[in-house]
Amino acid sequence: MSAPLLSLRGMTKGYGPVKANQAIDLDVAPNSIHAILGENGAGKSTLMKLIYGVEAPDAGEVFWNGAPVHLHSPGEARRLGIGMVFQHFSLFETLTVVENISLIVAGTKATLAARIRELGRDFGLEVDPFAEVHALSVGERQRVEIIRCLMTEPKLLILDEPTSVLPPQAVGLLFETLRRLRDRGVSILFISHKLDEIQAICDRATILRAGRVTGNVDPREHDAHDLARMMIGRDMPPPLHPDPVEPGEVRLELSGLDHAPDDPFGVALQGVSLSLRAGEVLGIAGISGNGQSELSRLISGEVRLSEARRDDVRMLGQGVGHLGPGARRALGFAFVPEERLGRGAVPEMTLSDNSLLTAHGQGMLRRGFIDRVREAEFTAACIRDFDVRTPGPEAEAGALSGGNLQKFIMGREISLRPKVLFVAQPTWGVDVGAAAAIRQRLVAMRNEGVAVLVISEELEELFEVCDRIQVMHKGHLSASLDARTTRAEEIGRLMIGADGVAA
Amino acid sequence: MTLRLVRREKASTRMAVLAPLLALLAAMVLNLLLFLAMGKDPAAVFHAMLLEPFSSWAGFSEVLLKMGPLLLIAQGLAIGFRAKVFNIGAEGQFILGAIFASAIPVYFPQATGAWIWPAMLVLGALGGALWAVVPAFWRVRLNANEILVTLMMSLIAIQVLNYLLLGPWKDPMGFNFPQSVMFQYDAMIPILLPGTRVNVSLLIALFSALLAWAYMQRSFGGYQFLVGGLAPKAATYAGFSEARAIWLSLLIGGFAAGLAGAAEVAGPIGQLQRSISTGYGYAAIIVAYLGGLHPVGIVASSLFMAALYIGGDNAMVSADLPVAAVRVFQGTLLVCYLAAVTFVRFRLDFGASVEGGRV
Ligand SMILES: Nc1ncnc2c1ncn2[C@@H]1O[C@H](COP(=O)(O)OP(=O)(O)OP(=O)(O)O)[C@@H](O)[C@H]1O
Ligand SMILES: [Mg+2]
Repeated sequence: MSAPLLSLRGMTKGYGPVKANQAIDLDVAPNSIHAILGENGAGKSTLMKLIYGVEAPDAGEVFWNGAPVHLHSPGEARRLGIGMVFQHFSLFETLTVVENISLIVAGTKATLAARIRELGRDFGLEVDPFAEVHALSVGERQRVEIIRCLMTEPKLLILDEPTSVLPPQAVGLLFETLRRLRDRGVSILFISHKLDEIQAICDRATILRAGRVTGNVDPREHDAHDLARMMIGRDMPPPLHPDPVEPGEVRLELSGLDHAPDDPFGVALQGVSLSLRAGEVLGIAGISGNGQSELSRLISGEVRLSEARRDDVRMLGQGVGHLGPGARRALGFAFVPEERLGRGAVPEMTLSDNSLLTAHGQGMLRRGFIDRVREAEFTAACIRDFDVRTPGPEAEAGALSGGNLQKFIMGREISLRPKVLFVAQPTWGVDVGAAAAIRQRLVAMRNEGVAVLVISEELEELFEVCDRIQVMHKGHLSASLDARTTRAEEIGRLMIGADGVAA
Repeated sequence: MTLRLVRREKASTRMAVLAPLLALLAAMVLNLLLFLAMGKDPAAVFHAMLLEPFSSWAGFSEVLLKMGPLLLIAQGLAIGFRAKVFNIGAEGQFILGAIFASAIPVYFPQATGAWIWPAMLVLGALGGALWAVVPAFWRVRLNANEILVTLMMSLIAIQVLNYLLLGPWKDPMGFNFPQSVMFQYDAMIPILLPGTRVNVSLLIALFSALLAWAYMQRSFGGYQFLVGGLAPKAATYAGFSEARAIWLSLLIGGFAAGLAGAAEVAGPIGQLQRSISTGYGYAAIIVAYLGGLHPVGIVASSLFMAALYIGGDNAMVSADLPVAAVRVFQGTLLVCYLAAVTFVRFRLDFGASVEGGRV
C-alpha cells in the first residue's frame, strides 16, 4: 500500500463516563474511498470531529502525509486540505445559501452563485443560491453542505452520513462525483449505514464497535450480511414485506388540500388528497423539497388553517385543519419530524425533559406540576425498549449520537400509543440493526390497528413497510399505488415528474 | 499555543454559581482603574460602596428597602427572559402601577380602613399589567418587536405621570410642586421592622420569589416557557402556543412591576411624585441576568444590587463620586457577567491538549 495520506495512532476521546473513541488507529490511503462502519453511537462522528479539529482528542497522534500535525480548529484542517460535511448541519438558518458558502469560500456572491449552480447541475445537487436556509428542507440543506465542501477543493473529504437524506437518483450522482474526485487524487472518508452503498463505492472499510476498531476489510470482498454482522455482532433480520391486514375506518383524510406557504421559498401544495385507514401503512415518496415539509406541518398542526377550512384536514372523523398540534395529539395523533435536534427534541434539555415535550399526557403532570418520577420512568422505559445507547434519562439530548436520538424520539412517540402515527424519515441515520427494529415496530403498530403514515426518500424502506405509496412532486401528490404490485422504476419516474403529474 | 473556546459536554453548574462572583471581581478591577484615573481613592470608594451598606443596621435596612422592588420586578422579568420575550419596559409598568395605586388616596383622601393599602397594591399590579397589554397585543397580532414597544411605552408612561402631576392630580396645597397630596395613614403599607422604613412589601417580594421558583422549576407552564426560549420550533412541534407565552410573559412582568410601583408610593414615598423610580425598571434587568434568571439567584442579586444603590449614595457623599459612577459600575458589572456566563457552556482550551504530542 502506498504511504497513507492520513494516519491516526491511538486516538482516544471520552465524554465524561462515555468512552467514545478508544485507541483508534486508522490509515487513509491516497485515492481511496474509505468507509467507516459501526452501530449508532459506535463513535464514528466523534472520530471524524477529531480529524476535522472540532473536538480535541484526550490522547493520540495525527500524521498528514507522514508528518505529525495538530489540528486545533476546522480552519487548520481546511488549510491542510480537509473538508467535512457534518451529520448535523452547520448552516446559519437566517442567511442565504450563497452567504453561508461565502463564510468559508472566497469570492464575490455573483461568482459563488454561478459556481453553486454549476456544481449543482454537474452533480445533481440543485439548490437556489439565494434561498434562505431556514426555508430549505433537510435534504436540500444536505446538498448545500456538500456543495460548500466541494467548493473548498479538499484533498480529504469527510462525509458523515451524506446519503441518509438524499434520494436514490441523487445518491447515484453523488457517487459519480465521489469517484471522479477520487480519480483526481482526493481521498474520501465515508460514513453510511447503507451497506450496499459502501460496497458500491468504497475500497476500504474500518469497522468500529463501542469506540474501538474491530476490523479492517475490503468491503467488495464481503457481502452485506457479513458487514452487518461485523458491525452489530449478530445476524440481520430478513426484510419484512408483511401481508396486508383488513384495513378499518378512515383515520386521516386530506381532500384536495391547497396551501400557499407564508415562506416565499416554501413549496405550494396543490390539490393534495390522501386517505389513510386504520391498520394500513401509507408511504409518501419523493425527493425532499417537493412539499413534504409543508405537508407534514399541515398534518401535524404546526401550520394551521382557518376555521372555515377545518375540513381540509380530517383526523379520526373530525375536521382538524384549524386545530394546533396539542389538540390533534389529544385526539390520538403522534408525529416524528424530520428534524430531530431543535424540533423533535430540545438539545439543551435532558432526555427526561424531552419526554415531557409530547408525553406530558402520560400521567406526568399533577395539577400543572411535573411528576419527576413518572417522567424518569417513562424515559427509562423508552431507552430500554428502543435500545437507545446513552448513560440514562439525565443525559442531554444534544449529546446523543444522531441515530440514538432518532431512536429515542421514535420511542417516545410510539409509547404514546397513538391512533394515527406519522413519521418523517423513520430510519434516517439509524444503523441497520436498529432500522430493521424500527420498521418491525411500524408494521407491528399497523397490525394492532394503528394508521401509519410514513414520509421517506428511501424507496426500499417504503416498499418494505408500506401497503400503499403516493409520490410527491412539486407540491402535487400522485394517486395511490399498491406497494406490492408497483415497480420501483414507476415510482422513480413519478418522483422526477416524468409522468406529467405536475401539471 | 492557541487559546480557544470549546463547548462543554454539559452546562457547568459550578461555573453557573461562580460566574456572578467572577463578574463582580472583574467589574471591581475595571472600576478600580477608573477611580484611579479620576483621582479618587479606590479604597475609600469601595469601602463606601460595598462595606458601609452592611456595617450598620440603619444602612442595611435601607438596603432591604431597595431590595423589595428590585426583587419583585426582576422575578417577573426573568420569567419572560427565559422564554426570550424581552420586556425592557418595566420602568413604565412600574410608573403605571404607582399611578393606579395613587388613584385611591388622590380621589378618596379622607377614606379610612384596612382595605385601602391592599386595594392599592392590587390596582397597581393591574395597572402595570395593563401597560404590558399593548406590547403583547402588538407582538402577537402585528409581530412588532416587544423590545421597542415596551421601551416606548415607558416614555409614554413618564409623560402620563407628568401630565397628572402638573394637572389634575397636583396637590392644591402643594405650593405648585408637581406632586400629589400626601397619602393618608391607611393608604400606607404597614411597617415590617420597627424603627426602619422596611414594610410588608418585602415579604410580598420574597413570597413572589417562592412562587416564581415553583412556577419555573416545577410546573409545566414554566417548562413550556423554557422550551419556547431554547428551541422555538420544538415548542411549535409540541403545540405550546407562542402567543400564550408572549402574553403571559409580558403580563406577569407588568403585574410584578406594577405591584412594585404601587408598593413604592404606598411605602417609603407616601405620595405620587416625579422621582418615584430611580431606574428600578432598568436595574431589575441587570438583577435578573446577574441572578442567572433563576429565582434563587435573583434573591441574591437583588440584595447585591440594592446594596450597590445604597453604597453608591454613600460613595457620593463620603468619597465624592459623581452620580454617573454608580451607573457605570452597574453597567460594567452586567457586561462582565455576560462575558462570564459564556464559561458556563464553554471552557477555555489551551491548544496543547494532546498528551505526548509534539507541537
Ligand atoms: N457532546 C457529547 N457529549 C457527551 N457524549 C457524547 C457527545 N458526543 C457524542 N457522545 C457520545 O459518544 C458516543 C459516540 O457518539 P458518536 O456521535 O460518535 O456516534 P456515531 O457512531 O456517529 O453514531 P450515529 O451512527 O448514531 O451517528 C455516543 O455514546 C454518544 O452518546
Ligand atoms: Mg454519527
